[in-house]
Amino acid sequence: MTLLDAVRRAKETGDATHVVSAIPYFRFLGLQVGRDAEGSFCQLPEDPRLIGNPRLPALHGGVVGALLESAAIVELIMTSEAEILPKTINITIDYLRSARPILTFARGSVTKHGRRVANVRVEAWQEDRAKPVAAAHAHFLIA
Amino acid sequence: MSDTPPPGSFDPDGLDPAIIQAIVSGGIPHYGALGVQFVTAGRNAATLRLPYREDFIGDPETGTLHGGVITTLIDSVCGIAVFMAMGRLLPIATLDLRIDYLKPATAGLDVLAVAECYKVTRSIAFLRARAHHEGTPDDLIATCASTFMLGSSGEVPFPRNAKVPQ
Repeated sequence: MTLLDAVRRAKETGDATHVVSAIPYFRFLGLQVGRDAEGSFCQLPEDPRLIGNPRLPALHGGVVGALLESAAIVELIMTSEAEILPKTINITIDYLRSARPILTFARGSVTKHGRRVANVRVEAWQEDRAKPVAAAHAHFLIA
Repeated sequence: MSDTPPPGSFDPDGLDPAIIQAIVSGGIPHYGALGVQFVTAGRNAATLRLPYREDFIGDPETGTLHGGVITTLIDSVCGIAVFMAMGRLLPIATLDLRIDYLKPATAGLDVLAVAECYKVTRSIAFLRARAHHEGTPDDLIATCASTFMLGSSGEVPFPRNAKVPQ
């Protein structure tokens, strides 16, 4: 199954798992997707392999960045009217709090869906949604 | 001989790159999971290598790496460049990271990430970083601008008992 087939399947069924399981790096991270009344979100289960600072301990900042980028891509794929394969142009990540090595969530929201470029904002949190551990905004090429 | 020259000269009074090498090769679980390798570190700069692995693919049709793994490599090399610029290991935390993806990484090729810490104030370190394949340092995969907090409340990111070779 090609990535575009996976995108088509995900949009038909409303289940972004089809996309996540088609991308090897998402499988490597152990990334999962969920769905609630607000839409799709991504989650990264607790995994000692993802620790970047064993003394705190804390998740690696790059892993948090990867989760944010993944959640932005999933949001864009699931909410776009067209079947698209977003390419990341750039991402700006703000690290707000130390991310502990526990279950971490991220959810994106599309600020603007243009003809060629989409702007997406995304937040990651752990036990308390009101205390995000990181936030990002990213631009994607969608045509 | 490596065709990527050290980005900064070694400062004999600064931090010994062997300490960094020991941290990269044994101290950080996620480095181990990725197989990140230490290449070189100088006065205010560092280089890391990410050996290509199919686990890291973002687009299964082309075999190109996912942006997230490039982000991780760049965040890592920036942190090391801060240590080199400070001349010591101290608790640091990434404040922000902006990454521009200039072109997809070529399937099958390792990625090198180079960071330079060009300014340090009492609280903040300012960095630029770039990623490219071996032998083509001008054909950039990604560029980055980032800032780090110095003396964050945390701990230096490696186990107290990390073995440093003499």
